[in-house]
Amino acid sequence: MRPAFSVLGEAWRNPAGRAGAILLLVIAISALVGPWFLPDPLAQPDILAGSVPPGLGHPFGTDQLNRDVLARVVAGARVSLSVALLAVGLSVTIGAAVGLVSGYWGGVVDAGLMRLVDGALAIPRLFILLLVLATMDRVPLPALIVLIGATGWFATSRLVRAEVLRIREETYVRAAEALGARRRHIILRHLLPNTMGPLLVAATLGVGDVILLEAGLSFLGLGVQPPTPSWGSMVLDSKEVLVSAPWTSIFPGLAIVITVLSANLVGDALRETIDPRSA
Amino acid sequence: MTHVLEVQNLRVSFPADHRRVYPVDGVSFWLDRGETLALVGESGCGKSLSSLALLQLVPSPGQIDPGSVIRLADTDVLALRGEALRRIRGRRIGMIFQDPMTSLNPVFRVGEQIVEGILAHFKITRAEARGRALHLLQEVGIPDPVERLNAYPHQLSGGMRQRVMIAIALAAEPEILVADEPTTALDVTVQAQILEVLDRLRTSRGMAVLLITHDLGIVAGRADRVAVMYAGQIIEEAPTERLFANPSHPYTQGLFASVPRITGPRRRLNPIRGNVPAPSAWPSGCRFRPRCPKAFDQSEKEPPLLPVEIDHRMRCWLAERDG
Repeated sequence: MRPAFSVLGEAWRNPAGRAGAILLLVIAISALVGPWFLPDPLAQPDILAGSVPPGLGHPFGTDQLNRDVLARVVAGARVSLSVALLAVGLSVTIGAAVGLVSGYWGGVVDAGLMRLVDGALAIPRLFILLLVLATMDRVPLPALIVLIGATGWFATSRLVRAEVLRIREETYVRAAEALGARRRHIILRHLLPNTMGPLLVAATLGVGDVILLEAGLSFLGLGVQPPTPSWGSMVLDSKEVLVSAPWTSIFPGLAIVITVLSANLVGDALRETIDPRSA
Repeated sequence: MTHVLEVQNLRVSFPADHRRVYPVDGVSFWLDRGETLALVGESGCGKSLSSLALLQLVPSPGQIDPGSVIRLADTDVLALRGEALRRIRGRRIGMIFQDPMTSLNPVFRVGEQIVEGILAHFKITRAEARGRALHLLQEVGIPDPVERLNAYPHQLSGGMRQRVMIAIALAAEPEILVADEPTTALDVTVQAQILEVLDRLRTSRGMAVLLITHDLGIVAGRADRVAVMYAGQIIEEAPTERLFANPSHPYTQGLFASVPRITGPRRRLNPIRGNVPAPSAWPSGCRFRPRCPKAFDQSEKEPPLLPVEIDHRMRCWLAERDG
């Protein structure tokens, strides 16, 4: 077993993983500081001018409401990335907790939880989300995050459970039990650290998934609500001008592609590091 | 006087093909303060499982049979559950395992692991626990204990790691130390050192030691009494000198004949034929019968423990015929 930090170090040596990590970092930094240097993404300086093609004043052009596309892509990054990070954080936490409990307790608890997960995995995630979101007339951002997070932990819990089943048999866990360590202690100190590697992979790949999911939902009008810019809702807004002003949809689309690709590159690099055979 | 530990008719069963098999089948022994009992036997004879049963650590799906009795002075261990059971583990009985390479968690510093062992049972501060950990490392003979506290397990040698394991097992000051093949994974020179540490601690702390081993060589001069196990049962038990002077069960005699001698005339080693049968295939009657050179017609009935001489008993009809 390797501590998480050495896994990170080794994944950094993978060129594709490093490229992905750098891209993600650039996107994250621009999302953080970009809005200070860019126009207000909601401002409509000259609404009659409508869509202006990319040029000096507006590097990515403006949309049909004359809003700066670059500013909106960067503001959208804030929304899309924070939705992704928070939702993935939530699902990884739930997944880890369920997997740890299930794997360590075993017996009826394990059987019950895993049948629940089996059932949940049999229903497509998008279907559950569409079903719930369609019943809400307004979707506040926190609700969207919770919903995406709460439907994303099933596979993670199985992953963690499998890992726990393996580590539980290690002599040092048996030794800790024999010496009267508390369950909480065994779970948090012996089991959890050893599942960090697989969790890291699941989380990184999950970020890519969730960005796509949120973009898809927003494109369908069920995700992030206007006027808040998110990459998916920007593509939706621009579908009427797809041909006349392609830049309004190309740039948010590119942002989605690049971010998801980067997250997946990092995730794959981490997975290769943890389990070289899966490469 | 009550014994520190008393085990009566311990049976551990596992499910197998619509029936139950008994890898530990009616084991009884006791331990007094400050003494060492050696539980000797080949792999698969049930000695480790017996020791795990002492703390209800039998791996699932194994079960301790209801008729079994395990008493720690006045505590009925098998009646304990949950938190009460946890408080016994490590506090009344400490355990060390065969392989010091795998019984320490590789990602935590040695000191941390000892401190955790202390904090699991005593309400003291981390700093106080650290002081005790330091003291424990000194007690098990680790040089530069201050530095070693901050070492990771992989930075220590096998012998040092086993010393650390002993320190962890002693963290909660148990009355009984169960050492399951504590030296099997170590070099011979290191073996002697570890056994010496155990001996010293037994004397200084008045601890009782249950030494589990397959090696008769480390029993001599260390254990007060020896119990030899075969196929889930104790087949011979006696004070150590008596067992060594007069090994009586054909299996025990076979074990002695399998050990090469350094002194005396050279002779061929005389190993016991065959292997220990699996728990699912234990023969009826005397379980050693198929491998026994002295088996006779009475061996078809299962023998009880029969007296050989004072304090010396064996599970063999020869005790009756020749005694």
